[in-house]
Amino acid sequence: MADAQAIGRPRTSLNVGNFLRRYAALSAIVVLLAFNFAVTPNFATWQTLNVNLTQVATIVIVSVGMTLVIATGGIDLSVGSLMAISGALAPLIFLSPFGRDHLAIGNILAFVVPIGVAGLLGLFNGWFITRFRVQPIVATLVLFIAGRGIGQVITNGNLQTFKNPSFQFIGLGRVFGLPCQVLVMLAMVAAAAWMLRRTLFGRQILAVGGNEKAARLAGVPVAPVKRWVYAISGLCAGVAGLVVVSINSSSDANLVGLGMELDAIAAVAVGGTPFTGGRATVVGSLLGALLIQLLRYTLLANGVPDAAALVVKGAIIAGAVWSQQRSMPS
Amino acid sequence: MRNIDKRFMGAHALAAATLEVEPAEVMGLVGQNGAGKSTLIKVLTGAHGKDAGETVFGGETVEFASPLAAQHGGISTIYQEINLIPFRSVAENIFLGREFRRYGLLDWRRMNRDAADLLRRFAVEIDVRRPLMEFSTAIQQMVAIARAVSFKARLVIMDEPTSSLDEREVAVLFDVIRQLRAEGVSVIFITHRLDELYQICDRVTVMRDGRTVMTSRMADVDKLHLIAAMLGRDLEAVRERATGFQGASAAAGAEVLAAEGLVVGRKVSDARLEVRAGQIVGLAGLLGSGRTEVARAIFGADPPDAGAIRLMGKVASPREPIEAITLGVGFCSEDRKVEGIVPDMSVRENITLALLPRLTRFGVVDEARQRAIVDRFIARLAIKTADIEQKVRELSGGNQQKVLLARWLCTDPKLLILDEPTRGIDVGAKVEIQSLIKELADQGLGVLMISSELEEIVEGADRVFVLSDGRTVADLPHAKSSASAIMAAMAHDASALSADGMEHG
Repeated sequence: MADAQAIGRPRTSLNVGNFLRRYAALSAIVVLLAFNFAVTPNFATWQTLNVNLTQVATIVIVSVGMTLVIATGGIDLSVGSLMAISGALAPLIFLSPFGRDHLAIGNILAFVVPIGVAGLLGLFNGWFITRFRVQPIVATLVLFIAGRGIGQVITNGNLQTFKNPSFQFIGLGRVFGLPCQVLVMLAMVAAAAWMLRRTLFGRQILAVGGNEKAARLAGVPVAPVKRWVYAISGLCAGVAGLVVVSINSSSDANLVGLGMELDAIAAVAVGGTPFTGGRATVVGSLLGALLIQLLRYTLLANGVPDAAALVVKGAIIAGAVWSQQRSMPS
Repeated sequence: MRNIDKRFMGAHALAAATLEVEPAEVMGLVGQNGAGKSTLIKVLTGAHGKDAGETVFGGETVEFASPLAAQHGGISTIYQEINLIPFRSVAENIFLGREFRRYGLLDWRRMNRDAADLLRRFAVEIDVRRPLMEFSTAIQQMVAIARAVSFKARLVIMDEPTSSLDEREVAVLFDVIRQLRAEGVSVIFITHRLDELYQICDRVTVMRDGRTVMTSRMADVDKLHLIAAMLGRDLEAVRERATGFQGASAAAGAEVLAAEGLVVGRKVSDARLEVRAGQIVGLAGLLGSGRTEVARAIFGADPPDAGAIRLMGKVASPREPIEAITLGVGFCSEDRKVEGIVPDMSVRENITLALLPRLTRFGVVDEARQRAIVDRFIARLAIKTADIEQKVRELSGGNQQKVLLARWLCTDPKLLILDEPTRGIDVGAKVEIQSLIKELADQGLGVLMISSELEEIVEGADRVFVLSDGRTVADLPHAKSSASAIMAAMAHDASALSADGMEHG
């Protein structure tokens, strides 16, 4: 497991209890899988796997950026709204007269521009936070509220429906039998985990989260690091927005990414990244999202209503935080 | 009437500390960091329990369960940071927690009138209905005092009340204190500014290492003796004690730091410094004299408001630490935990935090090189750690300090600024770190060392600058830097240095 902090530590011999706490999400996934294989009808099929992975992909993509933000000790509430903006922009571009005349260029722009705009808005979050020393939860609340409004303004509040197979490949296409967005998700998780562990930027993120004052005195450019982290979170949200509208073949700025910020934060929490900053595991966030998804699926497939599933989701988050505190040396 | 008398026996932070305040008396309370002043006050006001001793207040033995109980009992404390609510009105703040009510509703008219009356006693005429935050720090301080007095306090404790006030505001505060004294209220006045003691206090109590070492009438003690008591130095005999600074010093090389006329906020008004390669320069001064502020200004952590800095012979004005680091400066902060270590990171990452940008290619950390460097410095500084991946928070204080030294040494600096490099670490590690500093200087490093310990400065430094109230008041070469000379300079008592300073008393 590519825990960003635990790079080859030969020190302590892990006993079973420690292991369970440390890899709580993973252990829970294994238990749930075993349960489903035994009980749930038609569980061991490609279709089940694909359905679950498809549903979880956007949450994971957003929680990659969220993990980095939380690693600096911050939070990003604007991701769902940025998804709506990105999802609103793409069809505007490939449905425009220019997009219809130049299909290839239109489709490329329909990827680049929305993701770029979401990244810039993320950069704005970071700028707002570092320039005026606003608390991240307040600073990103601005775009959380305004972002969805912007999305509706640029589409006049209209539902945009479309059929554009080459653009929608990101949401509907398959590579080697796997949904395209699942591969995008895996690639982003791998890239972020590697970045966090091996690059200067990754180490500086953790240093800023671990002790901002010490990091500054050691020459870490604290403000730029934070700005970039929020920009990356914006980029991730941009990608997720495109995936969602592709799956739906429609874009509704009212609904795209609704509640996503909380799903992503939940995934990060269950994955074992502490909200105090300084430690982070992107793979953990992936596992956290998978666990929440798998649990929900398990309950639904066995006839438990979605409303009850929400309660269980809350319980999982509480349990994850509890197990984190237990494993934390005081 | 009220006599306060308290004694403790054998407590950890306080050992037989005694403090007596007469009615209508202003008692100064001074001491270095960790001398036990705050602990004593906290025990007095019931914030801490005590292990032994007794507290007599107004002729009765008392034991307050909490600061609130003490407040109702007639002892009010005004803390350094004003403990009020900035958004609420002045009147609300004064009567917070015991608002006047009429028919179950707040009686605003009475509260506002009483608050205004109260403040008028201190010659403060303001609209008490305005939010507190609209007023200056001095007025807020007055409001805090008014609140304290309105509890019918017979003893008011002020913990460094002047630290955020300017001169005019201090004068107003002193008028208030005199007014209180005239009304029969006693005041305990904690400060680091010796001048203020002479201006306002009747008597002074000096604490050191949890003990009361001196109580004297202000008129009977001069500054030099006061400082000697605070630092625990015998004025005549400077005991020789083994530190890690042994052996002759090498000749000084090229200038690595020169600072002139530094001004930083209210804390530093005119500081001057010079450090040459191969030299350990001591920066001495009492708490609050601006030592740390000067160091941070040079490093770009809190850039100076005015003044000229030359680093490595070139004019420089670093606005961020990274700029100073690029020029070859390192800085170990005095607060290891808050500003030094990144507790959750490994020893390896803590050591290479400042060097990391130079250990990367295309943004990727070269871990093989990183490990080699870390191994080298762990061996060289004899850092005791299970392995290089151990989290730094698990290390002892001395080893954490070595990790921080290694963080800078691996960047190959020309100037290293050390703020209290041996504070809070055990004796063995202390000597080790001191000899390391000496060794580094011998190899050509310029060191600027801030220390509260006179031995460290006297024995370690090749040259000593003394700060007092934010000004460089002395520049002593090694030969002249005795403990008494440094203390004399701290006291502003220029008579020890030249003949023209007698009027300072």
